[in-house]
Amino acid sequence: MSVPPASPARQTRSALALWGERAVELLIRLSGVSAVLFVFGIFLFVFIEGAPLITDLDWSKAIFSPDWYPTSRENVRYGVGAMIIGTLSVTGLAMVIAVPFGLGAAFFVSEFCSGTLRETLKVVIELLAAIPSIVWGFIGLSVVNHLIQRFLPAPVGLNLLNAALLLALMSVPIIVSIGEDALKAVPDSYREAALALGATRWQIAWRVLLPAARNGLLAAVLLGVGRAIGETMAVLMATGHAVNIPTSLFDPIRTLTATIAAELGETAVGSPHYRMLFLIGLMLFTITFAVNLLADLAVRGVRRQ
Amino acid sequence: MVTPTPKISVENLRLSYGHKEVLHGVSFAIAPNEILAVIGPAQSGKTSLLRCINRTVEFTPGAVMSGTVRVDGEDLMRMADVYGLRRRIGMVAPLPVGLPLTIYDNVAFAPRCAGLTAKAELDARVETCLRQAALWDEVKDRLDSLGTKLSGGQQQRLTIARALSHDPEILCLDEFSIAIDPVTTMRIEDVLQELRAHVTIVLVTNLTQQARRLADRTMFLWNGDIVEMADTDVIFGDTPRDRRTFDYVNGVFG
Repeated sequence: MSVPPASPARQTRSALALWGERAVELLIRLSGVSAVLFVFGIFLFVFIEGAPLITDLDWSKAIFSPDWYPTSRENVRYGVGAMIIGTLSVTGLAMVIAVPFGLGAAFFVSEFCSGTLRETLKVVIELLAAIPSIVWGFIGLSVVNHLIQRFLPAPVGLNLLNAALLLALMSVPIIVSIGEDALKAVPDSYREAALALGATRWQIAWRVLLPAARNGLLAAVLLGVGRAIGETMAVLMATGHAVNIPTSLFDPIRTLTATIAAELGETAVGSPHYRMLFLIGLMLFTITFAVNLLADLAVRGVRRQ
Repeated sequence: MVTPTPKISVENLRLSYGHKEVLHGVSFAIAPNEILAVIGPAQSGKTSLLRCINRTVEFTPGAVMSGTVRVDGEDLMRMADVYGLRRRIGMVAPLPVGLPLTIYDNVAFAPRCAGLTAKAELDARVETCLRQAALWDEVKDRLDSLGTKLSGGQQQRLTIARALSHDPEILCLDEFSIAIDPVTTMRIEDVLQELRAHVTIVLVTNLTQQARRLADRTMFLWNGDIVEMADTDVIFGDTPRDRRTFDYVNGVFG
């Protein structure tokens, strides 16, 4: 016989390996599914706590009215319009500042500097991301507050601009590190090919890297947005926490997140006020979901092009 | 007889990546409108030689180059505008790198970088280059689709079209035909023959037949040294000066 029989050791090992592979496959599938389960679980929990109030609420008033008097004796009103506007305006303003800075820094770190400078910058930027938000709140309260009062024509230093600056500073490191990863993922062969065609570094960044890393850069921006919308402590301390529809950069505002944080501890479990705060949580959920969905659609649209 | 200024002249060019020297001081000159074939086994420094000519070798960390390379008598290392230099040289890499752009934008990339914006002119340029690279008929209806979606051979022709797009004076082709079928290769070779009227071509190839068909002179590079550089007929003939050349060309090398 010319072909030797397979050794028994080899056969057992392959059977074992097969089971091992199945086990690992199951494990991976479980961890994938668990992400979905957790999201649904959290949503369900928040929904159940807020649900009894859903039918009792005048929704058009709740969403658009700026009257938030949850503890009034005669006339309880749950209008979160001012807070929705507060959250959106502070996030929007923060992004106006953070996106150009963040993407610019990502391009700089990834493409325009090297060696010690790059390593130093990366470490410092990651350090910036690690600062606890309560510390940012301190900075807002004690530093930015006074700076705004001294140098800008603002009656109070705790306002929309203050919080937006803090949120921008908190989002920038996320945008930079994810954006830099996206740029690093663009193969060097693209850069060299463009270089051989006589492109300058700027032209490479603008004409090659931007389209090549588009999705990753968009993800970086979105994570920054998510950080800004979800942030609670820093904005609670820096916005002035006044229910108010802002008409200028120097108006104090209040955000959805800060309202929950400030009031939940003082409500009776099961009371309408308590349920309303959970409904605010649902609104936050909806806003972030909408942002993610929009971004997803945008990416698909771009891809189809 | 007046010898013209060489298009490219290289003197004692050394190149090392880190501690490893890959070119050990090579010297040669290429006349204007000449086609020079560079042959040699793997790792002999052919690609590195091309990358020195357009200075993209600087892109590799740790690459150190010494000696002089002159283009039209001008020292490369003293050129202030390295981008201007690269715009005079077309480069085709052996593994095609389609930029993540549309077919049209791939070919229009270099002219745009050089500042050309007129749509009609760009259109004409794109069409001419795609025709020269024998790709126009296959892609003319889908210029807006991604260049990276083309097949390997089509991508390679796309990079050829791209290398021609800025109307180079020097064309460096590094194994341009490894993914292209023989018939299309012949069409491109015909284009190269036409181009030689105003372009100087350096052709790195492992196809000795291709070198024989196209090149005026041939350089045999081995381990970072020029073993022999002479008229193509001599290199591929029965009496090259160096025994190693004869052995390599006739496949008894080793």
